[in-house]
Amino acid sequence: MTATAPPLAEVARSEAALRAFLHGLPGVDQVGAEQRAAALATRSIKTTAKAWAIDLAIRMVDLTTLEGADTPGKVRALCAKARRPDPLDPDCPSVAAVCVYPSLIGTAATELAGTGIHIASVATAFPSGQAPLPVKLAEVRQAVTDGADEVDMVINRGAFLAGRYQQVYEEIVEVKQACGDAHLKVILETGELATYDNVRRASWLAMLAGGDFIKTSTGKVQPAATLPVTLVMLEAVRDFHQATGRRVGVKPAGGIRTAKDAIRYLVLVNETAGEDWLDPDRFRIGASTLLNDLLMQRQKLATGHYSGPDYVTLD
Amino acid sequence: MPRFEYAPAPESPAIVDIKPSYGLFIGGEFVAPTDGGVIKSVNPASEEVLAEVAEAGPNDVDRAVRAARAAYENHWRRMPGRERAKYLFRIARIIAERSRELAVLESLDNGKPIRESRDTDLPLVAAHFFYYAGWADKLKYAGFGPDPQPIGVAGQVIPWNFPLLMLAWKIAPALACGNTVVLKPAETTPLTALTFAEICQQADLPPGVVNIVTGAGATGAALVNHPDVDKVAFTGSTEVGKQIARSVAGTRKRVTLELGGKAANIVFDDAAIDQAVEGIVNGIFFNQGHVCCAGSRLLVQESVYDELLESLKRRMARLRVGDPLDKNTDIGAINSSAQLERIRTLSEIGVQEGAEPWSPPCELPDRGFWFAPTIFTGVSQAHRIAREEIFGPVLSVLTFRTPAEAVAKANNTPYGLSAGIWSEKGSRILSVADRLRAGVVWANTFNKFDPSSPFGGYKESGYGREGGRHGLEAYLA
Repeated sequence: MTATAPPLAEVARSEAALRAFLHGLPGVDQVGAEQRAAALATRSIKTTAKAWAIDLAIRMVDLTTLEGADTPGKVRALCAKARRPDPLDPDCPSVAAVCVYPSLIGTAATELAGTGIHIASVATAFPSGQAPLPVKLAEVRQAVTDGADEVDMVINRGAFLAGRYQQVYEEIVEVKQACGDAHLKVILETGELATYDNVRRASWLAMLAGGDFIKTSTGKVQPAATLPVTLVMLEAVRDFHQATGRRVGVKPAGGIRTAKDAIRYLVLVNETAGEDWLDPDRFRIGASTLLNDLLMQRQKLATGHYSGPDYVTLD
Repeated sequence: MPRFEYAPAPESPAIVDIKPSYGLFIGGEFVAPTDGGVIKSVNPASEEVLAEVAEAGPNDVDRAVRAARAAYENHWRRMPGRERAKYLFRIARIIAERSRELAVLESLDNGKPIRESRDTDLPLVAAHFFYYAGWADKLKYAGFGPDPQPIGVAGQVIPWNFPLLMLAWKIAPALACGNTVVLKPAETTPLTALTFAEICQQADLPPGVVNIVTGAGATGAALVNHPDVDKVAFTGSTEVGKQIARSVAGTRKRVTLELGGKAANIVFDDAAIDQAVEGIVNGIFFNQGHVCCAGSRLLVQESVYDELLESLKRRMARLRVGDPLDKNTDIGAINSSAQLERIRTLSEIGVQEGAEPWSPPCELPDRGFWFAPTIFTGVSQAHRIAREEIFGPVLSVLTFRTPAEAVAKANNTPYGLSAGIWSEKGSRILSVADRLRAGVVWANTFNKFDPSSPFGGYKESGYGREGGRHGLEAYLA
């Protein structure tokens, strides 16, 4: 049941081996990591670079609604927006995916058929992950059957923090199998992991177990995505690629609300993992309100003036 | 072509008002030199002349010292500390208010990237004045006796690498303690000091408390050797520092010297590699390596050498070299053609001695003074590039096996200004730091400055401390 490439195939063979590997990863100095993220946040992205970055950011958005109050109507509206974010501008690119709860996958699948926009669903007892494994796996299988081609799972943080790494690993491996051809995004819920060392370990654990993406947060826990956490995860995918040849994507989610924030993340990607990750297949931004700010900034760049929130659609 | 090409994001030079020529600031006014010539200050990124400044001769220096003496005797020494503090606080506030303008001017005159002048130099300049303003009325609690007194007139000579910050390090503690000063900025970077003179006027500082005489080595020598100077403070090369020490030997003058360095940056195999790489880059490429405490000797534990070097090269490939006023520039221009020549010469010697240079692919502008960030591998302790201060973006990489070897190599230099240690193991950091003969030892960081922290060297890196409570001592009798 191994999902890893040959160079690292052995590290998950036992609890002890996995622990030794994860604890043998270089540490993360908190002050240094935060300084680096803050320094990169001062990059000044203007004019042509800004226009390019905004369009790329739109193409990377996982347009998300994850509320108990979600309805088919809300999801239909979201899908319409995903297809054509700016009704006034047919040149505006579509977003990468729409992300919904499992019960609404069917609605999204109908709306997005043939558009190329991915249908992502959270699963595995999102956001807490506190359900028996068979229940989680059944949920994943159902989601894929209903039309999800991307599954956003949550890791078992309780097991991770208790040091039961192999349990976390096995769960991810099983979820990955249940996904079949669907892409698996592994949510680390970094807001609950407490240290950057843990973020790095959890990133490697998720990649070793076969995750296609590592994702910061559910959005239900504060802090959600931050620049330093994303920096550490980008370093992890870069190093994992170097070790195994496999490129894993990164998805910060939660708390990214402005175009300026989004561009800071793209700078971080560019200067950490490198330009191979500047692609919706390798980097996503999980967000709901961000898209409107991207659209307003896009309009401002095109027209020279700022139109305001009345000129973009609510959802 | 990179996929994410950052468009130029230049800070506008229109914010600064550079006059075609500047006189000397003596007795609270700009005056023409009586016996000196003229020197041109050049933008090192374009080789364009920014302004002409006066070259003060011995008579001008004498006038400045007499102005400082008069101000000292007539009011400044007798002014209560809390009153002196008001002036210093006022100066600090004006600097903070005019920081954008001063940052642009610093980058124009010095060649350093605007990101550094804006985010490092100027905030520290203001912080130094704020910090020492706070000491002015508390000197009796500083631990230098119940009623410490100022020394008199301080002659201060500063370098070109951090023009305004070095001015702040010199002037703020001197004034807080009740001394008056005559300061000579470096001949290639006089403009922010002359703008500081305007700030003194703006703050209504009593005439003569701060005097600024521009010029080159001869002007500095005239100032240091002036018989009515009570205290000499110098930051610059070890060679000139030794000359100054000789010339003031046997006089009543007190001296502090902050000289060169060849700092070891020691990376142990348990270091946080990504942050260590950041620290190495910051240690040697910050301010084009024109830093006396630069981490110019990298000592890497053999077991992580390959991994670290690969990470370092990958990181260096991301450095953006170019227009100092572009907000995205990481490495600006070398300050002068003379300095560029010295960096080139020492680098060529490195090659001749058998070390292997490496630089990332980077396009350098046609005009101006530029040197690509460079690392030398295969360096031994015997190589000149491992012993002499290059004062440029050139890093010598050496290896070690045991902590004892790291300490021995780190200390095997005539200098002793700073050092860095990278390890996730606290006990190792403490034990190694204890054995390093360097004035500042940074652990898991580098080139970190704070006005409350003393700074100064061991051995030929100089004597005396600047900054913090310790920095008051040099200006109190």
